[in-house]
Amino acid sequence: MSGDHDRDHHAEPESPAALRTRALESLLVEKGLVTTDAIDEIVRMYEQDIGPLNGAKVVARAWVDPDYKRRLLANGTEAIAELGFGGAEGAEIVVVESTPAVHNVVVCTLCSCYPWPVLGLPPSWYKDAAYRSRVVREPRAVLREFGLTVDESKEIRVWDSTASLRYMVLPERPHGTADLPEEELVELVTRDSMIGVGLARSRSEIAWMPGARKHE
Amino acid sequence: MSELTGDAALPRINGELVFNEPWEGRAFGLAAALTESGVSNWADFRDRLNEVTASRDEHGGETGYYERWFQALERLALENGLVTSAELDARTEALASDQHDDH
Repeated sequence: MSGDHDRDHHAEPESPAALRTRALESLLVEKGLVTTDAIDEIVRMYEQDIGPLNGAKVVARAWVDPDYKRRLLANGTEAIAELGFGGAEGAEIVVVESTPAVHNVVVCTLCSCYPWPVLGLPPSWYKDAAYRSRVVREPRAVLREFGLTVDESKEIRVWDSTASLRYMVLPERPHGTADLPEEELVELVTRDSMIGVGLARSRSEIAWMPGARKHE
Repeated sequence: MSELTGDAALPRINGELVFNEPWEGRAFGLAAALTESGVSNWADFRDRLNEVTASRDEHGGETGYYERWFQALERLALENGLVTSAELDARTEALASDQHDDH
C-alpha cells in the first residue's frame, strides 16, 4: 500500500511545492537513497503516533509549577482552561495525582466517557467491555497486562468517569528529570500515563527524533 | 522531533500531526527516512529548517510550514550531493508536463 493513489488524481494542478517534492522523492528513490516503502511507513507511524497531547502540557506545567499544580488538583477544569484547553460543555474534569503511595487509574464503566479536551479520542481498548468491567474488579491484574506492575505496598484507586465528571491522572514525575525544561517534560507524558495504565517515560526512553523512534 | 520548537515545531492538533495536502506528508516522510537511515544527518536538517524559518521571519511572508520544511530538505539534499539543482529542476518540469499530457 502506498500513497500512489493521490498521484493519479489530476483534476487539479499540483502546487509547485508538491511537484518539487515528488521530483525529489523520485530522484532519491532512483538513486537508491531512500525507498517509497520507508517513506510510507514513517508517514503511517507518525499519523498514528499521539504526539504531545494537551494533557501532557498540563502535566508538565504541574510538574514545574507547584502553584499551578495546586490549582489543577483543586479545580481541574479551570486550571486546564488556563492553558487554553476545554470545551466539553457541562463536563467537569477532575485531575487525580499519583504519588509514591497511591496509583490512580481511570475508567468509564457505563460507556466510554473520557476527558477528550486533554486526551483527544479514547483508545479502542478503553471503550472495550473487558477493560471497563475488569479494571474496577482487578486493577492490579489489568495493569500487569498493560506491562505495569504496581507494587503491593501501593494503593490503587480506580476513578469512574461519568458524562458530567471526567477524570485524568497526573502521573508521577520520573526520577532524574529535575533539570529538564518544561517542553522536554511534555515529551515524557504519554496518553497511557494520563489514563493510569502506564507511567510517564523516563528520559532514557526518549531517544532523539526521528531516527530512533521505535514501534511500541 | 522534540528539538523542533517554536515556529519550527511540527504542526499538530491535540498531538496529531497535521498535513494539509498529501505532498506535505511525503516531504515529512522523505526527511525522516533520509535521516533515519543515516543518509543525511538529523541535526543538519534541523539546522537548515531553523535557518529557513529565521529568514522567513526577517523577510516577512507567509510560507507554510511544509514549504519551509521542503526548502530545508532541498538545501540539505543539494549540500550533501544527493541530487543536483539541474536534476531536480529537470525532474520537476518533467512531472509538470506529465500532468498536462495525461488524459
